[in-house]
Amino acid sequence: MNLETPSVVPSENGRKRAEESSNGAEPAPSFGQPAPATDARRWDDISVGKIVPKMRTVGLRAYFGTTQVLAGIDLPVAEQKVTAVIGPSGCGKSTFVRCLNRMHEVVPGARAVGQVLLDAQDIYERDVDPVRVRRRVGMVFQKPNPFPTMSIRDNVLAGLKLNGLRVSDPDAIVERSLRQVALWDEVKDGLHRAGTSLSGGQQQRLCIARTLALEPEVILMDEPCSALDPIATARVEELIHELRESYTIVIVTHNMQQAARVADFTAFFYMGQLIEYNRTDVIFTRPKERRTEDYITGRFG
Amino acid sequence: MEKYARRKLLDRVVRGACVLATVVALVPLGSVLYYVFVRGIGGIDLAFFTELPKPVGEEGGGMANAIVGTIKLVGLACLMGIPPGVLAGVYLAEFGNSRLGRIVRFSADVMSGVPSITVGLFVYALVVMTTKQFSAWAGGIALAILMLPTVTRSTEELLKLVPESLREAALGLGVPKWRATLRVMLRTAAPGIAVGIMLAVARVAGETAPLLFTAFNNRFWSSSLNEPTASLPVNIYTYAVSPYEDWHDQAWAAALVLLVMVLVLNISARLLVRHRVKAR
Repeated sequence: MNLETPSVVPSENGRKRAEESSNGAEPAPSFGQPAPATDARRWDDISVGKIVPKMRTVGLRAYFGTTQVLAGIDLPVAEQKVTAVIGPSGCGKSTFVRCLNRMHEVVPGARAVGQVLLDAQDIYERDVDPVRVRRRVGMVFQKPNPFPTMSIRDNVLAGLKLNGLRVSDPDAIVERSLRQVALWDEVKDGLHRAGTSLSGGQQQRLCIARTLALEPEVILMDEPCSALDPIATARVEELIHELRESYTIVIVTHNMQQAARVADFTAFFYMGQLIEYNRTDVIFTRPKERRTEDYITGRFG
Repeated sequence: MEKYARRKLLDRVVRGACVLATVVALVPLGSVLYYVFVRGIGGIDLAFFTELPKPVGEEGGGMANAIVGTIKLVGLACLMGIPPGVLAGVYLAEFGNSRLGRIVRFSADVMSGVPSITVGLFVYALVVMTTKQFSAWAGGIALAILMLPTVTRSTEELLKLVPESLREAALGLGVPKWRATLRVMLRTAAPGIAVGIMLAVARVAGETAPLLFTAFNNRFWSSSLNEPTASLPVNIYTYAVSPYEDWHDQAWAAALVLLVMVLVLNISARLLVRHRVKAR
């Protein structure tokens, strides 16, 4: 990672403020493992403050065949916070989140190298079952993809049923999950209608409910609003705000306003590299890197 | 304006050509259906469905044994042909880019081009010669072999049509790959696969050549699957080439019955699948 001349040097002030706020509200750092070589101190150095990482990647590299799409990413994912990943198309941000629950390797020829720690456990270790990882780290995709052969109700329960888990009180799970995504009132009288009969925004909230029903610890969202209109987008963003009370969220977005609205922390990716990571307000007001500034101001060449 | 008028004219001409082509394609279909119905309806009575064939020279009689025989043969073919066909299709859709996958696909394509009488000959050598008798088993095996490539390839093609995003959705929910394939991909493709299977069934239900020296024929009831078994197509052939006028009428009737059987099977399978998918 080559750090070029920072265009905007973060003021002493900003750093202090960050530290103060973090001292007050946030628990002390507890990196589950001895800090791996290169990065550990880098994030202390900036105004992120002290965070509790639910996940962190260490030297994460990803490939499609022989093409490298991620060139060694070191990034923490703060617990019960929203981390946004922004960057131009093809910068590797989708690949990055797909590495966080081992969905990257689902594509033929794709593989990932490096460490991804989930509560100090490297999910890329040989004896880790990717299926188990995905139950703890859920995913919401760009295009709403409810199962077309299932009703709304069955879509919510799909994760449980397809996994063959015994459900003691399915109705309660359906209602709770749909309430969490504020879809309950809209669909409660037609739970047996096809999931695909809903509007795009409703479908996406249904997909989020489907993920929530499994009670994951982390939710990955890969451009969850890019297929939605502004009203549906606003609803999903509202939802993200509520979900961060109980979940750790990583959201990939093309939309910088969206990152600014929903995220506590923001990472800027460019050409497979992590250029900058910081508190969202710092990224958007006092970025250190010229490329970050160029990108967020729309001057990207 | 000039250009626009020309464009409109061209549009009409091409559309007219399409309609005409459709009509031309439907004429043989319609006339076959019409002719079979008109010629066959006369030979249909209750006896046709309940009685055995009468000896030559006696009026009346039916083809009850052949109707049941066809159901038996096609049923055996389905039991032996559909499960391996569907599984092979799943294999091709999931792992089809491997070397083995390419070989399987190529074999299936070659197999679907093999003349049905060759398959009959193969089963004759393999089953009839070794068991020393014509049997329903032999006929069923021949028909199953004929079904296999069609079922395999249509399953593969229809599975490939299911959006990859559904698989990802399932995998993202922590569903193991095999479950995602069976309970999401296969389930979503089920209506299409059922239609593909039905087309294969309809095709083999009318096969005559491979049955001639496998199931052979039988003027009486066959009490087990190890005996020569009558079937509608073979009966149609036997009766149609006979010199007796009343046998010709019965051949037409048999053709009509066969047609209706295939049609009913086809429609009911579609309804069944549609119903099940909706109910889920």
